[in-house]
Amino acid sequence: MTRRGAVLRYVVLFAGAIVFLFPFYYMVIGSLQKETDPTLAGAFPNPANLTLDNYVNVNERIDLVSGLVNSGIFTGGVLLGTVVFGVLAGYALAMLQWRGRNATFALALLVQVIPFQLLQIPLYVLIARDYGLSDTHLGMILPFLINSTAVIIFRQYFLQLPKELFEAARIDGAGELRLLWSVALPLVRPALVTAVLLTFIGPWNEFLWPFLITKDASMQPLAVSLANYISTVAASTDNPFGAILAGAVVLAAPVVVLFIVFQRYFVSSDLGSGVKG
Amino acid sequence: MKRLLGRQPLGLLFSSPYLAFVILVFAFPIVYAVWISFHDFFFAAPGAEPDRPFVGLDNYVYAFTNDQVLRSFANVGVFLVINVPLTVVLSLLLASALNRAVHARTFLRVSYYVPYVTASVAVVAVWLFLFSGSGLVNTILGPLAPDPSWLINEQLAMPVIALYVTWKQLGFYILLYLAALQNVPKELYESAATDGAGRIRQFFAVTVPGVRPATLLVLLISTVTGANLFTEPYLLTAGGGPNGASTSPVLMMYQLGIQQGQPDVAAAIGIVLVIGVLVIAFIQNRFVGERES
Repeated sequence: MTRRGAVLRYVVLFAGAIVFLFPFYYMVIGSLQKETDPTLAGAFPNPANLTLDNYVNVNERIDLVSGLVNSGIFTGGVLLGTVVFGVLAGYALAMLQWRGRNATFALALLVQVIPFQLLQIPLYVLIARDYGLSDTHLGMILPFLINSTAVIIFRQYFLQLPKELFEAARIDGAGELRLLWSVALPLVRPALVTAVLLTFIGPWNEFLWPFLITKDASMQPLAVSLANYISTVAASTDNPFGAILAGAVVLAAPVVVLFIVFQRYFVSSDLGSGVKG
Repeated sequence: MKRLLGRQPLGLLFSSPYLAFVILVFAFPIVYAVWISFHDFFFAAPGAEPDRPFVGLDNYVYAFTNDQVLRSFANVGVFLVINVPLTVVLSLLLASALNRAVHARTFLRVSYYVPYVTASVAVVAVWLFLFSGSGLVNTILGPLAPDPSWLINEQLAMPVIALYVTWKQLGFYILLYLAALQNVPKELYESAATDGAGRIRQFFAVTVPGVRPATLLVLLISTVTGANLFTEPYLLTAGGGPNGASTSPVLMMYQLGIQQGQPDVAAAIGIVLVIGVLVIAFIQNRFVGERES
């Protein structure tokens, strides 16, 4: 019974893994085919039908390099904002006694459940119209500048550090910034990796907001330019799916690679605490 | 000074960029959205200050006498009815199976999370390919393939989108359930086993009640995610087709508010949508949330 149960469990688990992974495999295969082959045979690599032309084709329509650079600036800006301001806020929330601390923490929790759909119109009016920041990197970054989940993860980790360490350093006359930089931060490096990873996937994958505020193709992150390519010009290329899938591989690869390299930081305990608060 | 700001006022200074960010990007825009929805609001050039009269509920009436808007809410209802239960059942099943697995845990975990960490725009491309008229899914189904094909079929477009989102987000919910499963005391399983409960009984008698807080979280987050639906109908069904069968409220907000220049109507849709989500969340919390005993 138990043995049969165990076999059944692995059958379910591996069937699940195939369902999750197959589309990614198919993405790569499809991006390498000279002619897309929707038959069952097309799901296996056929050396006679392999080419890199799709990558060249999609690059002629959407500038992949400029898309990647814009995605990189957008994501980099958010990461910088989150690491600098988020760490400061997380440290203050965990380590310092000040009026408004509990209210600020409650706010950070609340922000996570505010749906973006409500903010879409007023943010567009403010950022694109009033501040004139459409087609700028700043306008793209601003609504995502500090990731609240990361703030909560930082706080959670700082809370776990032994208080005596800090009391001792304070008696020795160390300032709070110095404590943060040379005592606290080195001790919470895993939290830093988790938070950076989590923050990275947000802006890199974000579509709606940069789509709303970038009309100039040279300013669009890759997710936006690929989406525009899918919805408008795909029909006019001789192998539209090959070219689309090539673009999809370029968009997906950085995150998937980063995630696989750092997967051990993406574990339930860290994120669970961040999400549950 | 100390009495006013607390023992370490430096904390306020450290938090001030974050507080400014929350006020600028969340608090003020929410208030502004409500204001916009009650006024005759239109886009103006930067610097111009046009007259924007108060119009009461006009924007709400305009929005909710529009068949397309009503249809988009019905569509998202269909979406939630398919997506939310499927998400809860599949993620709990896979998480508890994964929790007991000894071999290949890392491989399994990574493969479950990969769709979640990848951009929807990228994976939508593969699904378009898989579910196109002459795509792999129809090739395998042969004569059983639906006609018209999945994404251009009025009955099937929304269910395919719901299935896609379930698949795409499932890894995140598995992660939440895995965390929750660590908190279910092992002794409960042991005492259930000594009472003669089999694996299936144990699952319903120990696991399901043990992870109830996580279930509530999964319900809430999947409902909010579903209400936010935009990218998938925009790309998978070419802007909510066929015939508006897969439009979503957020897609309508984009089309009416930004493409057609009626941000006031779009803000009204957004506010009704959020109230709807809050009502559903309240009901979920009532029935699934922690019970006082």
